[in-house]
Formats: sequence, structure tokens, C-alpha cells
Amino acid sequence: MELNSRIPDGPIEKSWDKHRFDLKLVNPANKRKYKILVVGSGLAGASAAATLAELGYEVECFAYQDSPRRAHSIAAQGGINAAKNYQNDGDSIYRLFYDTVKGGDFRAREANVYRLAQVSVNIIDQCVAQGVPFAREYGGMLDNRSFGGAQVSRTFYARGQTGQQLLLGAYQALERQIGLGKVKMFNRHEMQELIVVDGVAKGIVVRDMVTGKVSSHVADAVCLATGGYGNVFFLSTNAKGCNATAAWRAYKKGAAFANPCYTQIHPTCIPVTGDHQSKLTLMSESLRNDGRIWVPKKKEDCGKPASQIPEEDRDYYLERKYPSFGNLAPRDVSSRAAKQVCDEGRGIGSTGRGVYLDFSAAIERLGAKKIEEKYGNLFEMYERITDDNPYKTPMRIYPASHYTMGGLWVDYNLMSTIPGLFVLGEANFSDHGANRLGASALMQGLADGYFVIPYTIGGYLAGVKPGTRISADDPAVKAAEQAVEARTNRLVGIGGKQTPTHFHRELGKVMWEYCGMGRNEAGLKKALEIIPQIREEFWKDVRIPGSGQELNQSLEMAGRVADFLEVGELMCLDALERRESCGGHFREEWQTEEGEAKRDDENFCHVAAWEHKGEGAKPVRHVEPLKFDNVHLATRSYK
Amino acid sequence: MEKHLNLTLQVWRQKDAMSEGEFVEYQAKHISTEMSFLEMLDVVNEEIIRKGEDPIAFDHDCREGICGMCSMVINGRPHGPKERTTTCQLHMRSFDDGDTITIEPWRAKPFPVIRDLIVDRGAFDRIIASGGFISVPTGAPQDANALPVSKQNSDLAMDAAACIGCGACVAACPNASAMLFLSAKVSHLGYLPQGQPERYGRVRNMVSQMDAEAFGTCTNHGECEAACPKGITLETIARMNRDYIKASLTYRPEIASGGAG
Repeated sequence: MELNSRIPDGPIEKSWDKHRFDLKLVNPANKRKYKILVVGSGLAGASAAATLAELGYEVECFAYQDSPRRAHSIAAQGGINAAKNYQNDGDSIYRLFYDTVKGGDFRAREANVYRLAQVSVNIIDQCVAQGVPFAREYGGMLDNRSFGGAQVSRTFYARGQTGQQLLLGAYQALERQIGLGKVKMFNRHEMQELIVVDGVAKGIVVRDMVTGKVSSHVADAVCLATGGYGNVFFLSTNAKGCNATAAWRAYKKGAAFANPCYTQIHPTCIPVTGDHQSKLTLMSESLRNDGRIWVPKKKEDCGKPASQIPEEDRDYYLERKYPSFGNLAPRDVSSRAAKQVCDEGRGIGSTGRGVYLDFSAAIERLGAKKIEEKYGNLFEMYERITDDNPYKTPMRIYPASHYTMGGLWVDYNLMSTIPGLFVLGEANFSDHGANRLGASALMQGLADGYFVIPYTIGGYLAGVKPGTRISADDPAVKAAEQAVEARTNRLVGIGGKQTPTHFHRELGKVMWEYCGMGRNEAGLKKALEIIPQIREEFWKDVRIPGSGQELNQSLEMAGRVADFLEVGELMCLDALERRESCGGHFREEWQTEEGEAKRDDENFCHVAAWEHKGEGAKPVRHVEPLKFDNVHLATRSYK
Repeated sequence: MEKHLNLTLQVWRQKDAMSEGEFVEYQAKHISTEMSFLEMLDVVNEEIIRKGEDPIAFDHDCREGICGMCSMVINGRPHGPKERTTTCQLHMRSFDDGDTITIEPWRAKPFPVIRDLIVDRGAFDRIIASGGFISVPTGAPQDANALPVSKQNSDLAMDAAACIGCGACVAACPNASAMLFLSAKVSHLGYLPQGQPERYGRVRNMVSQMDAEAFGTCTNHGECEAACPKGITLETIARMNRDYIKASLTYRPEIASGGAG
């Protein structure tokens, strides 16, 4: 397998401009002769589908929910970064680029990140033109806030619902194209297989989740914008339906999977309450602008109400350990610090796995009204879930799985190792390295969909002769459909005793324990023994009532869990092979005396991309070396 | 403090759009007050699956009150007893031990039942596709700060834009009207300078699509506002009516040669 990143040469400031000029164009009259499939309708998918249709391509878009507006991008709270420098505080494209490379612990491609920082400014212009109601100052200008891992205010926001408003902007653009007949939307359809002919992506097989009907769609190119695999942990901040199935089918058809061990554990989520827990809720990182994080200095104080612990007995550990970034230290650093104090026995709440996020100082300084204006909906949400009032008592928070930096390997054009298969947004691996900074996921999703794929897909299609799409009765199409039917029949036919959720929860426990915030060789080896056992048990003992020819939520769930049981194994394998600590990947064997991550640039300054070698065979690890010509490799410090 | 409840559920079961539905009784035992309503249903469903029966089908996804997917009428109220709270954010501490809880799908002609508690809300997407947008293709619009927007208008636009498209307003309305949903979008875009060029055409097109979908008309009951988990107010409907009247009075057909050149 060849990993050609196709990074343009020359100075980084010019590479995207030069590349855009070098890309071949598709004649406007020919665009309508090409059909493009977009799987997923979140920020990346909706923005890509709308933009490609505006350009004149024939587009079909697929979503597992009942409407494209429901994709999980909608739940992003805090904001979106852009190098506008509206605050005159020293921001620039170069600084956003630098912060993102450093925040990713030097495991991202420089050229991709630079392009991301460049188009970030266009995203804000586009969204405002669409009517996205970003927060504004009294003079009518856009407001900004600061976010983790940055010392400038470059985050644009719409209350605590930025993801919702950006997604609705993209959704409305998409609906406009649907109304014009330029995009055909397939809601409640789940991708089950990728159709590959002579090594080139030519279509997908989907299951209609209402009728169970399996059908094929053939096209000239396929874009996956299907999000991350964070639900492998069972408990995560992802929506219940988020899954890795589309990406995993592509992996099995020859797309390399890059850096699966890079997962982000978000520091500020509402702690687990019991075994019934079905998901975890994030409290936006923006709260760390005004909230102070602490635990009691003494173990014996942990059972007391927060109000009875005097100031001098509180340990504001982030401010103590990282004085210059304080409560705004990046996510990986903050999460590990929370784990450490809880491991020391200083955690709070009924389970002892929690820390305080305290707003009393900010309320005193700014007044409750100002705090309500900034975070009102988040405070309300917190109270609804926990029955605690955060204006009066500090929030209790704990880290939870939130985002996956790893994903399908793509080149500079966002094309995977399968020609014709493009991967956008969280589903690809490209821009965040080993750790994503806050407010950068929305930026990347929209960058890929609005401003990258519309150019790069043209460069690919210019080399595809119009009218050469395969026919719907091509043997490859029939074979892919039969594989889907066979898999469904196999699942329904097991007739065991346990529910799909049971196995998912079991897997989640193993992943969280051995491949979560801290990882070590013995634990990962153990996980690699247990996961195949759970998988074997699953295929023997899962029970799915009903049939494949009807709406069957157990079947949907089982199909996703079956894939998570394989994704989890690859994550552990990757984590085992990466013998260093970087970003979200913390190998306990590689840490400094102060407990900080210790990279090994000599041996691991590369992307690890895994190639599927058939069922039961060990996947092969390929390497794409990373070069840092602009940002010099350095130990990350937020002290 | 965590407590445990034993509950009786009366759940609407319906195989598909063509079949007749009926209420079926289930017992939910030892339910923690820390659980969300959907987690309670998860527990009941796990039990049903182990028995080999079909679990209760319901729509849900983000489980944090923002995707708008969950949609149940609980004891006669869309999203249940708590104000400004979606079903997924409703917690069992809102119920008492021994309660009987009735759970039904949204009931409105334009939202046909697909199965059990799942309905088809495609009509909402079609209303948005008929005009709920600003026609600005991806490209190079002017700088975002080139067009100041007063903070008040921006905040009012955001209030209206908070709609999650769940359909509780339709389910609550005795006429199954979609006016609150529609007016939220008309108001969001109408408060902003970017939304002005298409303001009157938008409202005409969206209302005509709403009528085509067989939603009822608004007779000012206000049930929609009470049921809305995001606090969209009746004021948006008043705004929309004003725009609609003006649009009707000033309507001129498109100029035939408008596209020539």
C-alpha cells in the first residue's frame, strides 16, 4: 500500500493556492453528468452536499436519522475557531496554524493544518451570510471568546448552541438544493457496504431502516462524512446512533485506517451515576473561561459539601500546575490531571470520580446575570440532569470520550487509499494530530465540506470519463448487496440470549479501562485477549427479535456493535504499537517525572495507517513520516 | 437523593403505518430516579428483548435535548410534565412510585406513525426546502463584520433559531398546526439584514407548503408555546402573520424576462 500524501511543495503559505490552480477543472456543462454520493449530513456532509450541488453535480445524500438536521454536529456547544483577529489580540492564520499543530502534539500534517487555518476566515463569512446568529457586541460586531490551548480570543459562538446554528445553516443550504431537485435526500438509510470495482469506489449499498429494503446506489465518487468512532467506549458524549460502520466497511474494502488510538477524552462532562447510564453529557469547554476547577486538598474533605471546604483547603490543580494556561489547558492535559487527582483519592461525588467546576468567583466578579447570559442554557441543562443548581453549588464534572482524531487515512485532496472515496470531517484523520483543540471540530467539518472537497473532487472527476458509471446490475453491485443480506440474516439467525447493548457495554468497560486516558503494555495486551472473546460471545449469543425486513432497532444496534467490536481491537493494537505518549494517547511507560506526556520523535514522528488483510489476519501497519518545516518540534508546555 | 420506583406503563404499539395500534401494558420495576425517561425505556426494552419479543420502537439520538429526534406524548403532554424539557432530558425523579404512565406517539395527520412511537416528520423538511433559508451559495461573501447587526435583533433571531424541529408544537395543537415551527424560521431570518431580500417570498412559499402538507390553521390556543421545549413564543406567530399579510398585499408575480440576458 502506498501512502502518497500529495502535499504540494513550496512555501506553506502558497501551497493551497498553488494546488487549487494545479487541479484540473470539470467543464460546467459536464458537471451534471457526474453523480456524487455523500454519506452523512452533519457539518461536513451537509456543507459538501449543498456546495457540490450548487456547483452543478448530481448529488445523493444519506442519513440514518429522520432528517439531515439531526446529525450529531448539532450538539456541539462552545464555538468555532477562525483567525479573524477581530479582537486585535495578535491572532493570525499563522498563529491558528501554530496553535493547532502544537495542540495536536506534533502529529498532524503541517500543510493540511495551514489550509484549515486559511479557510477558517471564509467559513465565518459564509455562515454569517447564511443567517447564522453568532453572538454580537452592542455595536453590532461579532463577539469572540477564548478556548482551551489558545491565548487569543478567536472563538465565534451562538450561545451554547454553536453546533446547532452552524448545522442549521448547512442544513438550510442543503434543503434549498433538495427543493431545487439538485440533491436527492435519503433519510433513515444506513450505509452497509462500499462498492469497489477494480480498486475504485463506485457506489454504496444502503438499508432502508423503515422497510428493511437493501438497495444500491452507483456513482462517480463517494464522500464519507460519517463522524467518529467514540461510541466504541459505550459511554461517550456521542449521540446514541453515532457509529463506525460506514468507515469500517471502507476499511475492509481497502481504505487505510490511520491513528485509531488517537481518541479525545473531554475533561468537562457530567459524571456517571449508575449502570443504567446510556450516554454522557458534555458541559462545554467554554465554561472553563469563567469556571475554576478544584478538588479538596485533603482526602477526608471529599465527602463534605463544597461550601464547607474553606478556600485554603481547595486545590485548584490546573492553576497550580499550569500557571500560564490555568483552567484553559488543552483537553488531554486537563483530563489526565482530573484522573490523577481522583486516583489520589481526592475525587468528589458519590463515585469519587469527579472534580468541581466552580463559578462562585465569576458570579461575584460579573454578577449572576452576566453568567446567565453567557452560559444560561448550559446551566439549565446541568440542573435538569443532576437536580443541582450550579449558580449555588459548583458543578461536578469528569472526563468522558468525546471525539476521535484518528480515522480513515486521506491525502491532501481528502481522498482515501481507495481512489474515488473521499473522507470528510471527523471521519478522516487529517488535521488534529494526537489531540484536537476546542472549537476546531466545527471548523474542520465546514472547511472540508464548503471549501476543500468542492475543489479537490473536481481534480479527481476531471480524470473520469463522463458516462462511465457502472450499471446497477454489475456483478460487483450484486455481490455487495448479497454480502449485506447475508450479514443481516446471520445476525437475525443467532437467536441467543443477550441484548446487543449488553455486549456494547462489556466492550466499553474494557476500552475505558485499558485504552482510555491511560494505557500500558500489559493492559493493552489484556484488552487484545478479552475483546475477541466478547466478539465470539456476541456472534454466538446475541438476540435480535423480529426480522431484517422491517424497522428493527435491535438489528441496527447489533450491526453497529459488531463493528465496534472490531474497531476496538484495532485501537488497542495501534495503541500498543505506538510506544510513546502524545496528545490523547498516554502510554504510562512514557512520561516525564512530573507525569507529562513524553513523545518519541525519533521513532514515532509519523502517521500509522492500518491495512486490512482479510478476516482473521493481522492488519499491516504502514507509516507516513511527518515533516515539520515550519513549526519546530518541541515539547509542549502549558506551564 | 437516588430512590427507586415501580411503574406501570401504557405504551402505544403499532406494527407499521398500515396496521391498527393499541395500548400495551408493561411493568417497569426498580427504576432509579437518576435515570432519564429514555433510560427507563431502555431498561424495559432490554427485558422485552431477552423474552424474545419486539422492543418498543422510539426515535432518539443525542439524548441531550438538541437533536429534536425524541418525540413522545407522556401522560397527554408532548415531552411530558416538565416545562422546556425534551423527553430525553426528562428524569424519573419527576415521577412517583406506583405511577401509571401513558406513552403515545405524536398524533397529527401530517406525521403518520411509522412504528410504535416513531412518526414521519418529513413534512417539516419540505417546509424548510420551500423557503426556510437564505439563498447564498458557497463562495466569497463579504467580510462577516461588514454588516453590523444590532445585539437585540441578533438575540431575538437566536431565540427563534433555537427551534429543534421536534414537532411537539404540532402534537400539542388541537388543529395540528405547524405555525410555531414555521414562524420560528420566518422570525429567525426576518430579524437579520441578510434575510430581507427574500423575506416576503419566503413566508408565502412556506405557508403554501404548510397548507399542502395538511397541517391545520392557528386559532390561538397557545398549546404549542406551552409544549415547546425551547421556549419559542407566540410572538413569532404574530410576526409571521404580519409578514404574511404584507406579502399577500404586495405580491407581484415574477417578471417574465427577469432571467433574460
